[in-house]
Amino acid sequence: MNQLLQQFINGISLGSIYALIALGYTMIYGILRFINFAHGDVFMIGAFVGFYLAPFISKTIGGSVILAGLMVMVAAMIICSLLGATIERIAYRPLRARPKLTVLITAIGVSLFLEYGGQLIFGPDPKLFPTLVPTTMVIDTKNLVIGSNSIVVIVTAIVLMLILRTIVFKTKMGTAMRAVSYNHKAAALMGINIDSVISFTFILGSSLAAAAALLYGSVYPSINPLMGIFPGLKAFIAAVLGGIGNIYGAALGGLIIGLTETFVTGYISPTYRDAISFAILILILLFKPSGIMGKFEAEKV
Amino acid sequence: MKRHLPKFYLLAAVALCWVFALFEHSISPYYYQIIIYIGINIILASSLNIINGLAGQFSLGHAGFMAAGAYTSAVITSSLNISPETFISYPVFFISLISAGIVASLLGLIVGIPSLRLKGDYLAITTLGFGEIIRVIIQNLDCLGAARGFTGIAKLSDFFWVFGFVAVLIFLIHNLINSTYGKGFLAVRDDEVAAEAIGIDVTRYKVIAFVTGAFFAGIAGGLYAHFVTYINPSQFGFLRSFEIVVMVVVGGMGSVLGVIISAVLLTILPEALRAIAQYRMVIYALLLIIIMLLREGEFWGGKIDFRRILKKRPAQT
Repeated sequence: MNQLLQQFINGISLGSIYALIALGYTMIYGILRFINFAHGDVFMIGAFVGFYLAPFISKTIGGSVILAGLMVMVAAMIICSLLGATIERIAYRPLRARPKLTVLITAIGVSLFLEYGGQLIFGPDPKLFPTLVPTTMVIDTKNLVIGSNSIVVIVTAIVLMLILRTIVFKTKMGTAMRAVSYNHKAAALMGINIDSVISFTFILGSSLAAAAALLYGSVYPSINPLMGIFPGLKAFIAAVLGGIGNIYGAALGGLIIGLTETFVTGYISPTYRDAISFAILILILLFKPSGIMGKFEAEKV
Repeated sequence: MKRHLPKFYLLAAVALCWVFALFEHSISPYYYQIIIYIGINIILASSLNIINGLAGQFSLGHAGFMAAGAYTSAVITSSLNISPETFISYPVFFISLISAGIVASLLGLIVGIPSLRLKGDYLAITTLGFGEIIRVIIQNLDCLGAARGFTGIAKLSDFFWVFGFVAVLIFLIHNLINSTYGKGFLAVRDDEVAAEAIGIDVTRYKVIAFVTGAFFAGIAGGLYAHFVTYINPSQFGFLRSFEIVVMVVVGGMGSVLGVIISAVLLTILPEALRAIAQYRMVIYALLLIIIMLLREGEFWGGKIDFRRILKKRPAQT
């Protein structure tokens, strides 16, 4: 029973990280109808920003760890959102009218560029992510260990998702985003600046990825330039599972993928950890391609 | 005579391979290795070109097919305990390569089926997922050496085998392009809905593309396994698939000659430019982005591609 609870908590904390990344995928897909392959690598850059900034910021601020942690998170979010917006501006915007495949290949190119550029700059060896908020054991019995870091992850993720919800559903920009995702042309005719809405979406998605990276680093402290590949792919799978384009779906999908993965690791074999998400993806695409909460889109000629 | 010309070229090419193979021991092992890798990469890139370039189904799982082929043929020759340079090794190796191709093409069939419902991005991720699943399964099979890898494979691949298959594959693709099937592939690639409307069985063409592409990827895997004599699952990760995709994209998707040229160049360049070897993947990535930004994939151009450049595509809305 305790082991079940333990796996459950771990799964939720991993799942909320996936959910944060998945939100970026799903928003960008919702607006541009393409998968931003480089999203997982923006996540990786976020982790490295945290890695380099954390010692510096905690030294200047001293005292309060929570404030320092928050500062690092804000800094990483700003830097990654700039990166995301730059990628969109340079690589994706010129190709917007081109066939989907062109943008897809470009996205793979951007992804490889960040990964291997990262290897050149940061070095290929794994690095130890600094502890932003020191981990204390909230519950520590013989077979149930819950660290404060899982709690921090879950709480931060919930707060960020609530903020995102407010932005998307209550602000003017959020309304514009939803309008653009519904119909580019009509939105443009209503006087919405499509380019700035798309840039804003990339900013939003990338900053969530950066936050997710810091949370990821505080749970799995080994970071390297290729670390974004698998969380990125799994978050994408989470987005598809939940119904791509739907932000509630992305959150739900993230949790399901996180839980499944932890249970497979705990009860079957850790080696199947990466394969199970792909199996889920294939099943969902075969049986319900629109995902749990997505809506079916008929192909228009 | 003209109708038989391609067949004549094929025979001549195979004969030439055999003649060159006689001199293979006089080449330094380092160059010999590069030459063999060139051949294997040509097979991989050209076979992916059938799926990605001709049929327009973007697949990122080619390394998975390669892995399946590598392991199949390695298991066959190892279990029969074949040693090189014996007469029996030739037919057995041939059979093992064909079985490698068949196993890989069965997997291609399995991958091809979901592809009937998916396109573009989804298909790319699904095929990548399939490739990873194949790799993870091999990693968990103890009889295949799991993560330790499969050792002691006889060194049966040589110049003749590798380039013999290169010749066969090019012959096949050449004939494919000029056949009804080739036109069907192009129709499916250019506009699936329109192709279906004029009565092309889109499903069948997609599956055929996957099965043929996977078959040769499997053979390439078998040739690779019997050249390096040691294989392990990590050699067939998705970075391998990406490398093959880069070769196809740089060569110009759908262009037979372009893909061959780019496979040759992209195999030689990293070796020739050892000093900047660490920048290899960064350069690949930039190549992908720049080619896409500049000219939509037709880098070298071929017969088919020029037509596509000239005929400006309407902007998609």
